[in-house]
Amino acid sequence: MSEIIRLHNVSKNYESFQVLQGINLSVQQGEKIVICGPSGSGKSTLIRCINRLNPHDSGSITVEGQDVSSKAGSDHVRREVGMVFQNFNLFPHLTVLENCTLAPMKVRGLSRQAAEELALRYLNRVHIGAQAYKKPGQLSGGQQQRVAIARALCMNPKVMLFDEPTSALDPEMVGEVLEVMAELAQDGMTMLCVTHEMGFARKVADRVVFMDAGQIVETASPAEFFDNPQHPRTRAFLSQIRH
Amino acid sequence: MNFDVAVFWDALTSYPFFKGACITLLLALLAHSVGILLSIPAALALDGPNNPARATLRGVLSVFRGAPTLLQLLFVWNALPQFFPIFREEWFTPFFAAWIALSLNETAYQVEINRAALKSVDRGQYAAGHALGLSRLQVFRYVIMPQAARIAIPTTANEFITLLKITSLASVISLQELMAVTSQTVSSTFQFSEYYAVALVYYLAMVYSLTWLQGGLERRLSWDAVAAAPVSLVQRTLARMRRI
Repeated sequence: MSEIIRLHNVSKNYESFQVLQGINLSVQQGEKIVICGPSGSGKSTLIRCINRLNPHDSGSITVEGQDVSSKAGSDHVRREVGMVFQNFNLFPHLTVLENCTLAPMKVRGLSRQAAEELALRYLNRVHIGAQAYKKPGQLSGGQQQRVAIARALCMNPKVMLFDEPTSALDPEMVGEVLEVMAELAQDGMTMLCVTHEMGFARKVADRVVFMDAGQIVETASPAEFFDNPQHPRTRAFLSQIRH
Repeated sequence: MNFDVAVFWDALTSYPFFKGACITLLLALLAHSVGILLSIPAALALDGPNNPARATLRGVLSVFRGAPTLLQLLFVWNALPQFFPIFREEWFTPFFAAWIALSLNETAYQVEINRAALKSVDRGQYAAGHALGLSRLQVFRYVIMPQAARIAIPTTANEFITLLKITSLASVISLQELMAVTSQTVSSTFQFSEYYAVALVYYLAMVYSLTWLQGGLERRLSWDAVAAAPVSLVQRTLARMRRI
């Protein structure tokens, strides 16, 4: 296995508030990492720093050896790393198909026909090919999130970042999105998921990273993490989410 | 009360009135086009933390927005030639002067419309565009602009209708637009109602057509599954005319 993402001593502040403090993390190719922790702990900021949606203040983040704080590095990471958002962020004025073909055509320079073939392949893969000609507003939340996953996959990313992909969904739609994500994991995609779906973490993750107050408190395999958490803050968090 | 239908009809179909209406429409179209063209970069440039360049731009725009349109027309027509010899030449006609003055005035208003429209696009749309590897320009062109345009269209169309009516002010710098033609005809014939009715018919016809075009444009750009409750053309036009 080779390293694909490396965070070294990464810190970030909002005004005087330190959201990330000295984060170190190395992600191997094909690895599935679940990041969890209480709200405000910096999980989302962390993954948004990786693809440069939030610039970090100090330390270094490299993706395939390229520093994301350089122009070339941030262009590279955005082309090669896909992202799925909590609120889907589909383009409401475009059809499902156009949502998926936009970046392949404009960034990768694919022809419309090639981009549409690619898009339909991924839309079918997330079981939503039949909705290709609808606008996002006509779909349910679960369907929209699956479109968002397909849209990211159309760029043939080497890594997928998920920022609480099921948090904005009605409970009955969470399952269909997690299922697609699990299939993606099975196909060997490198994944970083911020999620509170502990069942998913246990089933899919190679490692669980627990964050609190801008720091990584504990990193462990799912079995270790859930059955034998080391840090008191991890234990407190787990007891809270288990009700 | 006497209303001479023959006089009304003759004027309505006469060349001077038709030409006056064409000048009105052309002036409004040209001034608004320049307004839109200048206002998009201006709206983008104003978005960000305060700095001397932005403060200057804001100051200039607030002058164009604050000064009465009539004053601006008179200034451009009478005062500009005093400052710049180039404006003393043959090409500087009342039409050009009105075009310049109304364009600047319109830019100032349109900037605010565009800024509001750009602000109302969800920040997540930028994030999604950038996360897909699109450049800043591509995000703006393919993601933000179409959404902002839809929001800006009703107010922009309103603005255009207001502008169409404001062009009548250009009669003071001797531009032969619809209102100038009407006033001159009336002052020699004293048949007020007939000629005012002609002007009204022309203005209404222009506003009606624009409202109709706007409706079509809104429908084309809309992406909601459920369309907004339809408002009839007559209702919308009447609502507009009340603001003259």
